[in-house]
Amino acid sequence: MLKSFQIGGVHPAENKLSAQKAIEVLPLPKTVFIPVGQHIGAPAESIVQKGDQVKVGQLIAKSSGFVSANIHSSVSGKVTKVETGPDTSGYPKKGVYIDVEDDVWDEKIDRSPELNAEITLDATAILAKIQDAGIVGLGGATFPTHVKLVPPKGMKADVLLINGVECEPYLTSDHRMMLEHTEELIVGVQLLMKALNVNRAAIGIENNKRDAISKIIKTAYRHTNISVVPLKVKYPQGGEKQLIKAVTGREIASGALPISVGAVVTNIATTFAVYEAVQKNKPLFERVVTVTGKSLANPSNFKVRIGTSIGELINAAGGLPENCGKIINGGPMMGKAVTNTEIPVTKGTSGIVMMPETEAKRGETMPCIRCSRCVSVCPMGLEPFLLMTVSEKQIWDRAEYERVMDCIECGSCSYTCPANRPLLDYIRLGKGKVGALIRTRKN
Amino acid sequence: MSTIIIYTILTLSIIGVLSAIILYFVAQKFKVYEDPRIDLVEAALPGANCGGCGYAGCRAFADACVGKGELADLFCPVGGNETMSGVAGILGIEAIKKDPRVAVVRCNGTCEHRPKTNIFDGAMSCAVAASLYAGDTGCQYGCLGCGDCVTACDFDAIHMNPVTGLPEVDDEKCVACGACVKACPKTLIELRKKGPKDRKIFVSCRNMDKGGVARKSCSVACIGCSKCEKECKYDAITIANNLAYIDSDKCKLCRKCVSVCPTNAIIELNFPPRKITVSDETTAAPAKPVAKTTEQPTAEAKAESSEN
Repeated sequence: MLKSFQIGGVHPAENKLSAQKAIEVLPLPKTVFIPVGQHIGAPAESIVQKGDQVKVGQLIAKSSGFVSANIHSSVSGKVTKVETGPDTSGYPKKGVYIDVEDDVWDEKIDRSPELNAEITLDATAILAKIQDAGIVGLGGATFPTHVKLVPPKGMKADVLLINGVECEPYLTSDHRMMLEHTEELIVGVQLLMKALNVNRAAIGIENNKRDAISKIIKTAYRHTNISVVPLKVKYPQGGEKQLIKAVTGREIASGALPISVGAVVTNIATTFAVYEAVQKNKPLFERVVTVTGKSLANPSNFKVRIGTSIGELINAAGGLPENCGKIINGGPMMGKAVTNTEIPVTKGTSGIVMMPETEAKRGETMPCIRCSRCVSVCPMGLEPFLLMTVSEKQIWDRAEYERVMDCIECGSCSYTCPANRPLLDYIRLGKGKVGALIRTRKN
Repeated sequence: MSTIIIYTILTLSIIGVLSAIILYFVAQKFKVYEDPRIDLVEAALPGANCGGCGYAGCRAFADACVGKGELADLFCPVGGNETMSGVAGILGIEAIKKDPRVAVVRCNGTCEHRPKTNIFDGAMSCAVAASLYAGDTGCQYGCLGCGDCVTACDFDAIHMNPVTGLPEVDDEKCVACGACVKACPKTLIELRKKGPKDRKIFVSCRNMDKGGVARKSCSVACIGCSKCEKECKYDAITIANNLAYIDSDKCKLCRKCVSVCPTNAIIELNFPPRKITVSDETTAAPAKPVAKTTEQPTAEAKAESSEN
């Protein structure tokens, strides 16, 4: 029987419409808007001014703290302004606008397509390169990778897990990456293992991507310390804690980090970015984005420069479908609906999903019938109906006691609720309030 | 037979007397003295238990009044000056008078003024909507219209207007407890001084964007042009972050700022209609020097604001 995590989980319709579409390079946009805060933690500080000429891969915003990441220009051209611009949240965010002129790359970047499998650097040098390249977790959480790779004092990693699960419906960017860049990925895994000083790595892939599983097994057979673990298809297996449980059987205590059980998880796209950064000197300025939707003319996987507006991606995939009711930045389960197609692709954008109006609309909210489906699907073993009630009534201490902070916001509860209750809406609110309370208590 | 009854009665009586003696001494030993004035003060309070004073309820407030021995930071907004002078009478100290206040919603972004840019179909709660995104219009500062303030009000004093989609305060019922102020995630509601005959003038906008940006999202946004600041003779208006603010304690309700505002962001409420002629004008706002430069657009602005 295939491995998986034990508690909860759902299996939404997979709808991997673009799984057979090879990654296409999107033509360069005319202008880009590169936000300086594309990661969790402090936003980077911009170091360019209006009128500056920049090259592809040039540093334009510097990491401004321990948990922060560098931002590089994704295009060559002229900086037109450093100002606020659109963001998924609707609140304007600071960033750099660049008018694209030609495609001049920084000289240091190795643009040759050949595989460079020779690892010459030591762990510190690899880490430094990862940090310089501004690599963050590309699965969507955008946690700076260099921070993750340095375990806190007294803790030691003993296994590296590569997250090739892609459990979100519709999204296929990691799947295509595994098929088209298998060899690079294996080098990336080795680099990460060296940086972490571990001698074992496991790549977890859900069983709906059999072609990727067999391709990686074929490519990695020489490396006995890298194993491929096929997993049962179940959402949210791509969650860090769920993946660790599924692959290693280790369970993380409430509130603890994955490193407490000796595991570090990185995503497929991140691993590929690490390969490019270390072996090719290429900073993180482009990524693969799945643009998909049931009524979209041409669901595709595009390699996109960071800062390109999602409107251009939608046009390249055949234009906005007429019956589109919602454009989601990310996957349909955890992504956020956007209010505007000017929003740029950032490091955390794994997909753009267009939902038809009929599917996008939420059903009418009805009273809770105590069926406890939400409890049975919660992968963290929480009681979503209770968390929603205490958040609604603003009983924050009770919410904390009921471990609202353990919620990973996967949305399984809202997905499964037969009464269409906005469970996650309120839980997220409670999480925000309790998090703020905990922070003030610490200070 | 009769002896059994006698013995029983005797035994029980002795136990009763002994227990009474023990209880008497225990009660003396563990006696908790409570100031009898706390009960009196509590009786003088409105008993709404709304928490508007900052305490958990009327009893806690009464306890604080008696405990502190002065009323410097203590005020019951529901009872107002009358109640507080009663409380002060019980305690034998002087009451501190405060002007009565009323909640004011500082957003005029109706569907007409501030078109919707998207549809929010999440949980009907402003707190939830605010934690998710900037709102369903172009203005990130404006009212979200989910009615958290209405839910928070214990006095049935604030209601959503289904036409404008904005909350409206019933001045008669509002006791200025501040529950709606706390509930609003966009800090739109303010407790302002209650003017004579409920007259009020306020900047009905919280948009801190630059003029052009603000105007683009809402036609009645304050653009921070500082015309009103220059017009005001009483230093009641300040401009900060591209936004004008009228201090209700300094404002003399002269209505001059209302006429100069280019976006009609300043709203006057409960004033008699303005007349074009000079003589009528003076009667309209009796107490203070009055603008003689009333123009046509002002009358329109007035009509519009009184509708809302």
